[in-house]
Amino acid sequence: MVMEPGSQSPKEDILKEDILLEASGIEKRFPGVHALKKVNFTLRRGEVHSLMGENGAGKSTLIKCLTGVYGIDEGAIRFRGRDIRPESPQHAMRLGISSVYQEVNLCPNLSVAENIFVGRELTKGPFIDWKRTEERARNILARFDMRIDVRRSLDSYSIAVQQMIAIARALDVSAQVLILDEPTSSLDKVEVAKLFDVIRRLKNQGMGIVFITHFLDQVYEISDKITILRNGELVGEYRMEELPKIALVTKMVGKDYDELAQVSRVEAREDNKVVIALDRVSAHRSIENVSLELRKSEVVGFAGLLGSGRTETANVVFGLEQNSAGTIVLRGTAVKLASPVDAIRCRIAFCPEDRKRDGVIGDLSVRENIVLALQARQGIFKYVKRKQQYEMADRYIELLGIATPDADKKLGELSGGNQQKVILARWLATEPEVLLLDEPTRGIDVGAKAEIMKLTLDLCREGMAIAFISSELDEIVRVSNKVVIMRDRTKTGELDGKELDQDAILKAIAGGEAV
Amino acid sequence: MNNSMNNSVNSGMTDGADKIAERKRGFSIDLKYIPAIAAILLFFVAYGIGGLLYGDRGFLRLRTFTSIFTDNAYLGVSAVGMTLVIVSGGIDLSVGSVAALSTMLIAYCTEELGMNSSLILCAALAVGSFLGFLMGVLIEKLSVPPFISTLIGMFLARGLCFIISIQSITINDTFLRALGKWKIKLPQNSYINLSVILFAVMLVVGVVVMRYTRFGRGVYAFGGNRQSAKLMGLPTARIQIGIYTFSGFCSALSGVLFAFYTFSGYGRHLYGMEMDVISSVVIGGTLLSGGVGYPLGSLFGIMIYSIILKFISFNGTLSSWWTKIAVGVLLLFFIVMQRFIVYVAGRKRGRT
Amino acid sequence: MSIDAKDAKNPKDTKRGIKPASSKIFSPLLALFAILLFNIFLNPGFLSITIVNGHLYGQLIDILNRAVPVMILATGMTLVIATAGTDLSCGALLALSGALAVSLIRGDSTVLNADTAMPFAAVILISLVVTSLCGLWNGFLVAKLGIQPIVATLIFMTAGRGIAQLITGARNLTTSYEPFSVIGQGWFLGLPVPLFIAAGVFLAVWYFARRTAFGLFVEAVGVNASAARYSGINSSLVIMVVYTISGFCAGVAGLIYASNIMCADATNAGLNYELDAILAVVLGGTSMMGGRFYLGGTVIGALIIMALTKSIYAFDVAPESALVVKAFVVVFVVMIQSPLYRSLRESLRSRKRKPGSVRESVG
Repeated sequence: MVMEPGSQSPKEDILKEDILLEASGIEKRFPGVHALKKVNFTLRRGEVHSLMGENGAGKSTLIKCLTGVYGIDEGAIRFRGRDIRPESPQHAMRLGISSVYQEVNLCPNLSVAENIFVGRELTKGPFIDWKRTEERARNILARFDMRIDVRRSLDSYSIAVQQMIAIARALDVSAQVLILDEPTSSLDKVEVAKLFDVIRRLKNQGMGIVFITHFLDQVYEISDKITILRNGELVGEYRMEELPKIALVTKMVGKDYDELAQVSRVEAREDNKVVIALDRVSAHRSIENVSLELRKSEVVGFAGLLGSGRTETANVVFGLEQNSAGTIVLRGTAVKLASPVDAIRCRIAFCPEDRKRDGVIGDLSVRENIVLALQARQGIFKYVKRKQQYEMADRYIELLGIATPDADKKLGELSGGNQQKVILARWLATEPEVLLLDEPTRGIDVGAKAEIMKLTLDLCREGMAIAFISSELDEIVRVSNKVVIMRDRTKTGELDGKELDQDAILKAIAGGEAV
Repeated sequence: MNNSMNNSVNSGMTDGADKIAERKRGFSIDLKYIPAIAAILLFFVAYGIGGLLYGDRGFLRLRTFTSIFTDNAYLGVSAVGMTLVIVSGGIDLSVGSVAALSTMLIAYCTEELGMNSSLILCAALAVGSFLGFLMGVLIEKLSVPPFISTLIGMFLARGLCFIISIQSITINDTFLRALGKWKIKLPQNSYINLSVILFAVMLVVGVVVMRYTRFGRGVYAFGGNRQSAKLMGLPTARIQIGIYTFSGFCSALSGVLFAFYTFSGYGRHLYGMEMDVISSVVIGGTLLSGGVGYPLGSLFGIMIYSIILKFISFNGTLSSWWTKIAVGVLLLFFIVMQRFIVYVAGRKRGRT
Repeated sequence: MSIDAKDAKNPKDTKRGIKPASSKIFSPLLALFAILLFNIFLNPGFLSITIVNGHLYGQLIDILNRAVPVMILATGMTLVIATAGTDLSCGALLALSGALAVSLIRGDSTVLNADTAMPFAAVILISLVVTSLCGLWNGFLVAKLGIQPIVATLIFMTAGRGIAQLITGARNLTTSYEPFSVIGQGWFLGLPVPLFIAAGVFLAVWYFARRTAFGLFVEAVGVNASAARYSGINSSLVIMVVYTISGFCAGVAGLIYASNIMCADATNAGLNYELDAILAVVLGGTSMMGGRFYLGGTVIGALIIMALTKSIYAFDVAPESALVVKAFVVVFVVMIQSPLYRSLRESLRSRKRKPGSVRESVG
């Protein structure tokens, strides 16, 4: 149907006929923005090609041009040797270019079979032939070793399964080119491994795969080639083996990548006071028996897989979930944190993991977003006067280097990194003593990542107790004084200053003996 | 199920897994069917209670049962359209007005203008569909929320009625009267008329469209996740406009049936019908958040609604406002139940 | 990216806080003026105001006075819509409030079993408390049970009117109690009392929303309820308060309505007023998706609706025909507010402007 297993050799030839998709001289302008400047991109059969660049580099724009979301102003797209001009995602799909996005773009209320076939169900006359449709769906999924009930609705399966179904759909529609835009951001390690298996298999069957991700490790694990964009311009195309990580980052950022190197942890001192301590805290369905301490001027890293209890612990400390057992001790006194307001009153702040869903209030201005938490603590009647609001907003815009024309800009219109800074500002305005950062660097570009990490350390120096939750072990190692290892909803260990390196953490997460 | 696996490469394994899945399904019916099933159960319970209370006054007679349909066929037809609209995540406030416009057009054109009545029937249906089409365009092309654009449609249709005539016009046309009075006699002095047959036809159309056509599945996809539906390559604009056109058609047909029922056309007919229809559809298990709902459920929604009316007329001492209170209470019951199911489903998903 | 954004800083954008609100109110204001102008053109005496017995009379006063019930409903509705909700029940609650008040004054209700008339203040209080509680119930369903607003309020939309009819026994209960008539028919400083009541409700709500942080919380909840919760806002409390306010507003409007006709008409009082109220809010520039709200715009929206109805009465047609014109005006205003029109206008404007100033959400 789509793939003819084994018909293409996965060997890397530079033969012309191996070229599957070739975009040359792509120009794209938006009102006031030159988004793509003469960009070339070549995808060959049987290759996984990563597309890298910071936010705003033009990755998404290029993808959208290739899949017909945007039209191109200049340049040519050739697909299997013929000029094409995709007019819509549907058109691109019909031509053989499919894409799967970060958020699973399927319909949760429809059955698995329907999600694969909706819009192209097999019919008998004018009516849908359910039996054949479901059978086909089963066959398609069987190729991915997925044996699930195709008649159940999609939302009864996990995100990872849904992602696979999305890919199955994309492939079945036609694809010879598969574009995966941040497919791994909501998957855990095992699921990523499974996805990569599938990608490798597809590659061996001669498909061309474009892969976009923020996770550098994954790029190195799966890609054959890499194309780097910066500010809408092509930096270059490289083979994976000729491009070490540091060179990649340098090329993406466009300057020597020494900023991250500057990030180094604050030395912990013995006499730092304990600000908050969890004593055998459990919460229903979320964490069990967690004990830990956060000290003044100290960063504690939280490492563990998704769902290991790291976010859940932060939720409990922030009053989003109630502890069913154990006590939370704040500066020596046991406290009951029944809601975020309680936590804020206790000078606890929390930057949530899902920035878009739980942090950003897109239609409100930067100023309003900044004062929100402070205002929530003060209650509705102690209204922060407009003038004060502006002063506060301007101060934090300056302090954190938030790139915005003014404090009245809608937060939704800023870039990810700047949004994260605004949310940080929201919390700094409440003058917290405990700062919980859950994946503070997710989905923001490399430069901003370094900035956020530096900020974290600055705040730590000023005396804040910080919990730094991240999937990026590299970052945890850089900023943390000690690291709490979480697994299966409980704390399994703690690593201290001298033993802190990625390998040790990995080993601990993987479930070697607790340290 | 088993024989369908023949082409599979490793059918043996798949078969086994499938059997397990199958067995599991036996125990847990998809949660989303529960509201509709509850509606069906509730109807029979209510019917039984009615039988116990008013059996001696003929509650269980076939005539009572058939009158559930003969009296409310017009609501039912509109409910079929409304089911589609609500499954798509929208709402249609214009149904009552469009139906009233339909009665007015028929009455005015046959009585005052003396036009051919069968032609007028078609014209009325066309006008209703066209109004629905316009509302769909407004929603799709100008991104006006369905609530507002169908409100506009409601104003427009209702206003047009009064521009045509402010009087109530009695229909004396022999052909229309004959159609309205035509009936199939059943035992016990009961009957089924043309309205019931048309309702049944529309119901079948609704079920088939929603279950067995790409358009119908598109409606579900659209209601489940609009963005995805678009990215999956569904013609969402066509679907959206089609939905409201269909609903407009159903409303117009509903007006035709009401004209058969009352033999009159009047601008004040069917005030507030939209809320009766929406309530019935919701009681019938369609989620207002979109994505889930069944025309057959709506049938039972209508039946429950009309059995409340029957209770009140059989009781004799109860006044009409109890209908409203009862519908309100039922709505509350069903909505809370739906909410609970969504909650349970969410928790279940959280676990896997 | 960051450098570009800083470059985009231009002095025009620094006029803070004034721009968005005023531009939102501009188009409804324009529509209102157009309608008024049209009326003046048709009827030169439209603007004239005469003084009889120290009371001001005239078309304009009449429009204002008649717009009062919808205006009050719409004031509460604005907050509800700002939280991305809708209150369909307010028309029915209006009827309920009137039915309660009149039957309590008469003291002969079929259900309430009150043989003697109550003190007037108690009557008013009870009516308002009952509708506020109904509002609170709506808020509870929306905030605590997570039921969609349209459905949650549909319950009282249906049952509320039923309860009102239950109270009045579906009769048109009349009363001739003098003090009650003041609410809807009295005069103060030469103007009808309802105007003062409407102004009072509006100012109270405005003050509460804009001079405390409540409005900010409402908008935050309307845009992103989850993020609001993470910021420490008690979202469900905000939602419940908002629906309670809407219920209270319906109560006030119901008293005015009943007092105006000195009669509790449970069947027809406030019929479809909820739709007019929603319309007024939307015409006033508040999006049904929630978020930013414009109380001033809402008042203009309510006036547009009433001025429109009024000007159609000037023609000798059935009052209901006004609905057709209303439909067209709404289409017009909605078109102006539609993203399609806005992007059209934007692209026109950006063509004039030098490139380089807009840079957002690209890439």
